[in-house]
Amino acid sequence: MAAEKPERGYVTIDDEECKGCGLCVESCVPKLLRLGDALNRSGYHAATYAGRGCTGCGLCFLVCPEPGAIRVYKRLQAA
Amino acid sequence: MPEPNVSAPPEGLTLIHSKAAAFYDHYERKSELQNQTHYCPGCGHGVAHKLLARAIDELGVQDRTVLVSPVGCSVFAYYYFDVGNVQAAHGRAPAVATGIKRARPEAIVISYQGDGDLAAIGTAEILHAANRGEAITVIFINNAIYGMTGGQLAPTTPVGCWSTTSPYGRNIWNEGYPLHVVETLASLEAPVYLERVALGNSKQVMQAAKAIRRGVENQVKGLGFSLIEVLSPCPTIWKETPVEAQRRVREELAQLYPLGVVRDKTKDAPRRPAPSFPPPLTALPELLDIEESETLAPPVPASHDHADWRIKVAGFGGQGVLMLGEVLAEAGLAAGLEVSWLPSYGPEMRSGTSNCHVRLSARPVDSPLVTQPNVLVALNEPSLRKFLPEVAPGGYVLYNGPEPPADCRRPDVRLLAREFVALADRLGDARVGNIVTLGALLEAAGVVEEQFVDRALARLVKQARLLDLDRKALAAGREAVHQEAPHDIP
Ligand SMILES: Cc1ncc(C[n+]2csc(CCOP(=O)(O)OP(=O)(O)O)c2C)c(N)n1
Ligand code: SF4
Ligand code: SF4
Ligand code: SF4
Repeated sequence: MAAEKPERGYVTIDDEECKGCGLCVESCVPKLLRLGDALNRSGYHAATYAGRGCTGCGLCFLVCPEPGAIRVYKRLQAA
Repeated sequence: MPEPNVSAPPEGLTLIHSKAAAFYDHYERKSELQNQTHYCPGCGHGVAHKLLARAIDELGVQDRTVLVSPVGCSVFAYYYFDVGNVQAAHGRAPAVATGIKRARPEAIVISYQGDGDLAAIGTAEILHAANRGEAITVIFINNAIYGMTGGQLAPTTPVGCWSTTSPYGRNIWNEGYPLHVVETLASLEAPVYLERVALGNSKQVMQAAKAIRRGVENQVKGLGFSLIEVLSPCPTIWKETPVEAQRRVREELAQLYPLGVVRDKTKDAPRRPAPSFPPPLTALPELLDIEESETLAPPVPASHDHADWRIKVAGFGGQGVLMLGEVLAEAGLAAGLEVSWLPSYGPEMRSGTSNCHVRLSARPVDSPLVTQPNVLVALNEPSLRKFLPEVAPGGYVLYNGPEPPADCRRPDVRLLAREFVALADRLGDARVGNIVTLGALLEAAGVVEEQFVDRALARLVKQARLLDLDRKALAAGREAVHQEAPHDIP
């Protein structure tokens, strides 16, 4: 089994804050986000992350209208 | 606070984007879901808030930023931004921001406004703030509609577009053309930075982030007026999904309203000088032409302990209605009372009617309006007719005439009818009829002591001959009270 490349980035989505608008889904170039099937507490299909492949580009965070729904992590060069 | 439902990232990754420090941890507006804003899903206000919060973080000005929120969907911006907050009346944010900035030049003052707020009801405020080159930053959210009130036409609504007040679409012959705000402001000399951006996709949002940061940074550098117009989606009123609304911003609004920098004087704009400070208190008497001895208000005499005079003076323009009120207010001031004087007159300078509201009170005056007078001075019949019904039971009414018309009487008020103006004419000048009436009022009701009235007259009447006549008029008015007449105070 080939050694997996370390992940470059990662996002978490706060299922309680997300309003399921889908703008992050549109913005993600590698298409790693989608709206979940279940409804959250506010009655929205919150966005979910596929779990692998994020580049840490931050575009989803940029277009999301909620202040803290998305967090983006990235592997910094020096690390 | 524990974070619900989020998985931990893999080892070795660094958090690079999360909620800006300029936002509160949680928002106290609602009792639950305190990490969610009140905006609709996909609303541009949320995105604009984030860009502004990030700019505040990056420039390190959170502790000296004052945000002025508008009326509109973003009325609650103060629940989100952990900065100084003021919420202004509809359209007035630039005026409020002007005051804050001038009083606190070190503050970073941001006026955040929608297009109904800024481009409709607040057109005058924004135009003049821009023309004065106020050193504030304006974030102008153009979503081409009134959101909060359910979709009325905004000055920015595109031609042909539906709104609740243009149900057949905007028609140029009815509602005119869409207002181009940054271009309009660019016709003025003073603005330093004007740019239009959009929230139509991530690339546009990136440019918007830069522009908003620039707008705030200009203020940090001490430059003048900056305004960033943000074309912004309102999926709810547009009746579109957030993704469709984002597309409309990109493909339609951004065509009608070209994006880009419309004004950039950041390199060569002259620096606004520090605001000049008001003159010291000690300079005021001279500036206002008040004698030093008058400036210390005497203690309220015991006899005025319960004073609450609500006086309405009314008559024809030219009868000295406003002057009578002014003398009363000045006399009250000299007696150490709290006073107000509110003139109210029609557009005509001479004929026409005028009236004024005067309050003399032992306690601070809550409102200068007199709606239930306990003194009515009516210098003509129309004024008596109009205001007699308002007089409080037991109140005094002084009427300039031999007697009130038969259909204009009230048994429960103390009415004194005399021909005050004719009396003044006999003294040598009908124009002092107002002061004759004042003399009668003082004699009948007391109100305020002669010495204070005299001091007020001396202050207001500069000509010695007239002052002399006014003193005679006062005395004649007092005397008139004691002459027999058919409708005397019971
Ligand atoms: C003096 C006054 N007039 C009218 C209103 C009603 N009103 C509230 S919000 C609003 C329009 C807001 O539209 P906009 O500024 O475009 O903000 P949006 O809600 O779209 O963000 C109006 C007319 C008011 N609150 N106060
Ligand atoms: S950071 Fe970029 S790649 Fe990662 S999920 Fe967000 S948009 Fe997609
Ligand atoms: S953009 Fe934000 S609010 Fe909209 S679906 Fe994505 S995470 Fe949720
Ligand atoms: S009505 Fe429009 S502007 Fe108001 S919160 Fe909803 S989407 Fe935003």
